[in-house]
Amino acid sequence: MADRIDWVALAIFLFFFALVTVMGFFAARWKSGPVSAHLDQWGLGGRQFGTWITWFLLGGDFYTAYTVIAVPALVYAVGAYGFFALPYTIIVYPFVFAVMPVLWKTAQAHGYVTAADVVHGIYNSRGLEFAVAITGMIATMPYIALQLIGMGVVIKAIGLTGELPIIAAFIILALYTYSSGLRAPALIAFVKDIMIYIVVLVAVIVVPAKLGGYGAVFAAANDAFTAKGGDTGLILQPSQMLSYATLALGSALAAFMYPHTLTGVFASKSADTIRKNAILLPAYTLLLGLIALLGYMAYAANIKVTSPNDVVPVLFKVLFPSWFAGFAFSAIAIGALVPAAVMSIGAANLFTRNVWKSYIDPGISHAGEAAVAKIASLIVKIGALAFTLFLPTQYALDLQLLGGLWILQIFPALVFGLFTRWFRAEGLLLGWATGILWGSWTAWSNGLKPLASISLGEGRYTFYVGLGALILNVAVAALGTVVLSRVSPDRGRSIAAPS
Amino acid sequence: MWILLLLPFVGLLWVPFYNSVEPALFGFPFFYWYQLAWVPLSSLLIWLVHRSRARDEAP
Repeated sequence: MADRIDWVALAIFLFFFALVTVMGFFAARWKSGPVSAHLDQWGLGGRQFGTWITWFLLGGDFYTAYTVIAVPALVYAVGAYGFFALPYTIIVYPFVFAVMPVLWKTAQAHGYVTAADVVHGIYNSRGLEFAVAITGMIATMPYIALQLIGMGVVIKAIGLTGELPIIAAFIILALYTYSSGLRAPALIAFVKDIMIYIVVLVAVIVVPAKLGGYGAVFAAANDAFTAKGGDTGLILQPSQMLSYATLALGSALAAFMYPHTLTGVFASKSADTIRKNAILLPAYTLLLGLIALLGYMAYAANIKVTSPNDVVPVLFKVLFPSWFAGFAFSAIAIGALVPAAVMSIGAANLFTRNVWKSYIDPGISHAGEAAVAKIASLIVKIGALAFTLFLPTQYALDLQLLGGLWILQIFPALVFGLFTRWFRAEGLLLGWATGILWGSWTAWSNGLKPLASISLGEGRYTFYVGLGALILNVAVAALGTVVLSRVSPDRGRSIAAPS
Repeated sequence: MWILLLLPFVGLLWVPFYNSVEPALFGFPFFYWYQLAWVPLSSLLIWLVHRSRARDEAP
């Protein structure tokens, strides 16, 4: 499908890309603040984003371009099982509502910029701070690489081949992130999200109308799965139900442990901004559920692809005129820029605050922090780009999967401390290490599948490795805390009191 | 009121309850429309909890 260039689609794509580039550089002057004077300005946009900006930023950041490509691809390949993204992105919001405002208040009261800052403040432990920081940075890298892969899929669909377009897009992104910080993706998110909403609403109305209604769409998918056999189908196999539920729960608990989502939380104006967003952000989940159905629409449209990732681009090319396909591809490509920018900012904030400031230059000034973070964001992006260019795509997918289970292991250190001081830093560190080692080893020995099985009695249960690792993590942290309290009752003093 | 926040977890993690094709609605098998229905329902539940919170802080 990459054999000829679709000039109409390409022209529309270039127009929108140019538009967001101008916006990205202009963003430095938006909501005026001295971007380079303080990390709060560059890395958190001045901690002043209200309900709507936060809605667009978090929405643009959490529901990534890769989601738009990969979720329908998985639904196309396996059916109902691929839908776990829907319960996942619903149950995440009661959690966000209950926990994130507390986290925000702690961060706001002490001027914290990262999750690792908060953990250091609560436990006064450099070791735990470093564990949280390094987990965040490592888990983010493959995630950025995935955004590039998502962008590559639509650029290929327009007919551009080679790696040059991706490199060019990424250099532009790196430059305006460098100069504008978090304000750039926040401003671009408006354009991206409105475009994605238009594309999806048109698609979910027009496509079934062309294909004979949703009944016909589901029937076509059902026929295809019946022919295909195996663990596919319109509903789950009995053996898949536990994996479905644990993947949804584990992913929901991990979602707001990532630096990019937390950056969106810390950049909010108030705790109430976050609460209102927990009510309003599910609008994106509805969108995601409809996007997932594109995977079934492909069957109704008789689309055959060799790589499931091509399902969405091919569907748009087949069913829509060039100009609308170009608009949709622009939306997806711009959709990759927002999370990629926020991810690199989140990782850069971690590096600056919890590696550079903690170990290299403790007396660094506010302007110095901003300068280090700007450079770090460039390095993170170059790293992700090199990752995509020089390593097989499968590595990024595998690492992203492992990243999800790694980032979930900071949950006890970050969340428990907001509500109780019972846990000891050493116990949490031991739990973190156990969870990461057991989880990675289990995923690795299962051929990098996110699922593990245990046999209890006559039944065999398959579940998400990340959640299993988290349970082990908490158990070890609790045990370590009990043992340590016996050995040395004198606990380390915290800097920040729990709320 | 905070207990309302647990309902989406119960409704969506108890998979055997909704893992079926019937009753279908507007061509959507139960598995799909049931989960999609939880999106506005969860928003509503969170909103109810939010509304009931004591106004103990500046907005």
